[in-house]
Amino acid sequence: MIISNKGPTNFAKPQSLSRRLHIDIPLLCALLILIAISFVAVYSASGQNMAVVKAQGMRVIVSFIAMFLIAQIAPSTLRRWAVPLFSLGVLLLIATLLFGHVGKGAQRWLDLGVFKFQTSEAMKIALPISIAHFITRFALPPTLKNVVIGFLIVLVPTLLIAKQPDLGTSILVASAGVFVLFLAGMSWRIILALGVMISGFLPVLWYFLMHEYQRRRVLTFLEPESDPLGAGYQIIQSKIAIGSGGLFGKGWLNGTQSQLDFLPERHTDFIFAVFSEEFGLVGVLGLLTVYLFIIGRGLYIAANAQDAFSRVLAGAITLTFFVYLFVNIGMVAGLLPVVGVPLPLVSYGGTSMVTLMLGFGIIMAIHTHRHFNR
Amino acid sequence: MFSKQRTAIRNNSAESNLFSRRALIAFVGVCVLILTLIVNLYHIQVNSFQSYQTRADGNRIKIIPIAPNRGVIFDRNGVILAENKPIHSLELVSEKIKDLQVTVDKISRLIELTTDEKERFFKSVKAQRRFKSIALKTRLSTEEVAIISVNLHHLPGVAIEARLKRFYPYGASLTHVLGYVGRINAREQKKISDDHRKAIYIATRDIGKIGIEKYYEQLLHGNPGYQEVEVNSRGRIFRVLKRVLPEHGQDLYLNIDIRIQQVAYDQLAGRRGSVVALDPNNGAVLAMVSSPSYDPNLFVHGISTKAYKKLLSEDKPLINRSTRGAYPPASTIKQIMALAALEEKIITEHTSINDPGYYKLPNVKRKFRDYASRSHGKVDIYKALMKSCDTYFYDVAHRLGINKISEFMFRFGFGEYTGIDIHEEKKAVMPSRDWKRARYNQPWHVGDTINVGIGQGYWTATPLQLAKSVAIIANNGKIFTPQILGASQGEKGLLQIPADDNMPIVLSNKHHWRIVQQGMWQVVNQRGGTAYNVFKGAHYQSAGKTGTAQVIGMAEDVKYDASKINERHRDNAMYVGYAPFDNPEIAIAVAIENAGGGGSNAAPIARAVLDVYLAKKIGNKLGSTFATNSQQGSRAQ
Repeated sequence: MIISNKGPTNFAKPQSLSRRLHIDIPLLCALLILIAISFVAVYSASGQNMAVVKAQGMRVIVSFIAMFLIAQIAPSTLRRWAVPLFSLGVLLLIATLLFGHVGKGAQRWLDLGVFKFQTSEAMKIALPISIAHFITRFALPPTLKNVVIGFLIVLVPTLLIAKQPDLGTSILVASAGVFVLFLAGMSWRIILALGVMISGFLPVLWYFLMHEYQRRRVLTFLEPESDPLGAGYQIIQSKIAIGSGGLFGKGWLNGTQSQLDFLPERHTDFIFAVFSEEFGLVGVLGLLTVYLFIIGRGLYIAANAQDAFSRVLAGAITLTFFVYLFVNIGMVAGLLPVVGVPLPLVSYGGTSMVTLMLGFGIIMAIHTHRHFNR
Repeated sequence: MFSKQRTAIRNNSAESNLFSRRALIAFVGVCVLILTLIVNLYHIQVNSFQSYQTRADGNRIKIIPIAPNRGVIFDRNGVILAENKPIHSLELVSEKIKDLQVTVDKISRLIELTTDEKERFFKSVKAQRRFKSIALKTRLSTEEVAIISVNLHHLPGVAIEARLKRFYPYGASLTHVLGYVGRINAREQKKISDDHRKAIYIATRDIGKIGIEKYYEQLLHGNPGYQEVEVNSRGRIFRVLKRVLPEHGQDLYLNIDIRIQQVAYDQLAGRRGSVVALDPNNGAVLAMVSSPSYDPNLFVHGISTKAYKKLLSEDKPLINRSTRGAYPPASTIKQIMALAALEEKIITEHTSINDPGYYKLPNVKRKFRDYASRSHGKVDIYKALMKSCDTYFYDVAHRLGINKISEFMFRFGFGEYTGIDIHEEKKAVMPSRDWKRARYNQPWHVGDTINVGIGQGYWTATPLQLAKSVAIIANNGKIFTPQILGASQGEKGLLQIPADDNMPIVLSNKHHWRIVQQGMWQVVNQRGGTAYNVFKGAHYQSAGKTGTAQVIGMAEDVKYDASKINERHRDNAMYVGYAPFDNPEIAIAVAIENAGGGGSNAAPIARAVLDVYLAKKIGNKLGSTFATNSQQGSRAQ
């Protein structure tokens, strides 16, 4: 039978099955709950389309295998791959910009003949590993010089992805890097100064770096009712879906906004609206509890990791997961502009599920590959 | 594994504590942000729940109005004059059909499809909203409906839709009474929204254009129903949530008696003219025929330009001659002129003049010829009416003067709208000094008065005005507004709608009515009367007055010879009358353009109508039909 991991106090005991498989049972359970929710929501949002559910099932299987495989790799090994991984990632991004496949008005995919590969996804893993590797080579908290170098390392892939343009992914990649620096202990003064710099950078971003469609998205976000049938349609319909769900929701498969096609992108980026409509605020609170548990568990594992690299890496991956969550729900509920960020592990499709599960695989690896000679 | 680390000595526990602090801060931050999301979601899902629920329902629920059925129109005996008939059309929903071309080919093997119809169909397929049916062929014949119905099972997405369209079984004979309905045009649409009736007309395609259909549009139309349906974002209907049936329009029972309407129409036989019959006791319009006419059913489906151009011919079939044809009344007003003279004490029952065959004003050279051009000898009021002696009335008119004539004639409704319940009506002209001044900026001449004395000159009247004036005489001065509508049947049951009665004409001496009625009786019943030959042998006693109206002025010494002049310049034949003589039930006016003498041309039509109306008229007055029926029913039990 499976003996569950009871936390750090029992790490001296003989290895349990979960330890030998490099799996964290509480985290795995929470992830499985999310996946279950995902199936329920995708089935409803796709209009009871079993083909879509099956495709999602395939992705889930692939993602779990990826998680399981990466969990077998010791964090130290991962660290050794940091520099080559990062260099390869940057090269792929440059290649994407030069020869990439254009889809949905952006150049995001690299056609490798057999399959199309969204190169920015790799960066979501490669970047935090690289920054964590770089910053923890030195004693923490990091010096100003190292923080600046760290930021430069973050900036290169972020700008390359933003250029594609893919605002959602570049935000996620950048936040992964910044979280590493934050968790490594960069001083509050730098954080403050950074805040000021970003405020100064915003106009530059707006006028020189953002694409017309991105600017329109932001404007629509600020005033969705100005264009109710055009760009604002999505936000308005999504808010109607959420709001009409009320406290207890309309019931599974009974959401009129989703079942009757009023909600665009409803089984991908806007699946949260479908969920809210059918399960109400009560269901949403349940969903958020699962998410909060995962984040808590991730940070707990991070805090109990054995070395600085593992700590900041696990912490940064966990917090990036939160950014996914926050940006997605924020945009679906009309708090944030619409950027293409899925609801982590619930939205249908995308390479994001594999990347996310790889991240959790790393966290599990950090938790289960331990030295007992402390 | 930490071989690359440059700083050999690191305080791991300090770093661990630093991390824990940072992780805690991050976790608190995460909690705060999640709380923000929850607060926002609470605001949306709980505080604003009502408003978003309303908007969600607004998205999914669509109201589809259902047009009410237009009220059916009956004649006084319950014969259907206007009904709603289903018109079948073949409709396709392109989303339900795999290959439109194959389906259309299949259909064209079953029934005939013109290339025009196919082209129009494929054009509208592109323009149509999704999941809406598109007509491939409209107005299917019964046979075509049968053929398609049998084959529907292997034509998925094809359906036969039935729509109600107005149908007028009596066609042209009633057009000018009933009018017709047609597709609502932009002007009417604007009027509907100006009148705040848009909601009522939301599902309606047709509206009354003229006649009864227009005048009683509000009664006939009814109120729409609706169904509440659930639709998706592309408008496809998933289910019906609620259905409220429409309230059909009221059925109208007209005062028209279709039998005499038909007789009159047949008698006119396409000649230009009109017949109007009224019930003098209540103003009911029993018949109102204008000829030539046209088929109102043409307009229901939208008339072709070619067919419409045909209606713009010289005979003017579009004009309702009964209410808009302004004819010189000629001798048909002599009885009223006589009445005016009696009232003004210019003549008495016994006054007689010597008729030399012409009339000469004192000190004026011009002679006013009598139509007979020969002497009638000694003429009193009876003979003057019976023989229609012009000379007698020249003198009477001259002595009355135009002021008194016009004043008196106004009371009989000349030069005024009769107030009939259709919108198409003309006032025609009852001349007066003021009128001539205003119209021609000329003073009134004595000669004008003389012409007016025999219903000529500037004087014109519509057949309806003439019928009304006769009805007043038949009824000893009681005046009713002519009314086509008799009763309406709606939610509240049958409702009789009586005509307005106006202030009656009260004479200084009631016997004067009898004098002119007697004069009119002699016209019909006394040998030598101008209509004596026509009414000989009738099973009832009637009274009447013939009239022969000159259309063009004639020089005083030229003799009228019908064969020698242009057809359009020949005399108009006129006749007015009523029957039975003692208890009048019908008053009639006949006018036929360029037909010649009124006695020989107009009077026979009046006779034919009276024969039919009085022969079969056994207590079937409107309403009494229903009353007697129910009484009989209860007695039978």
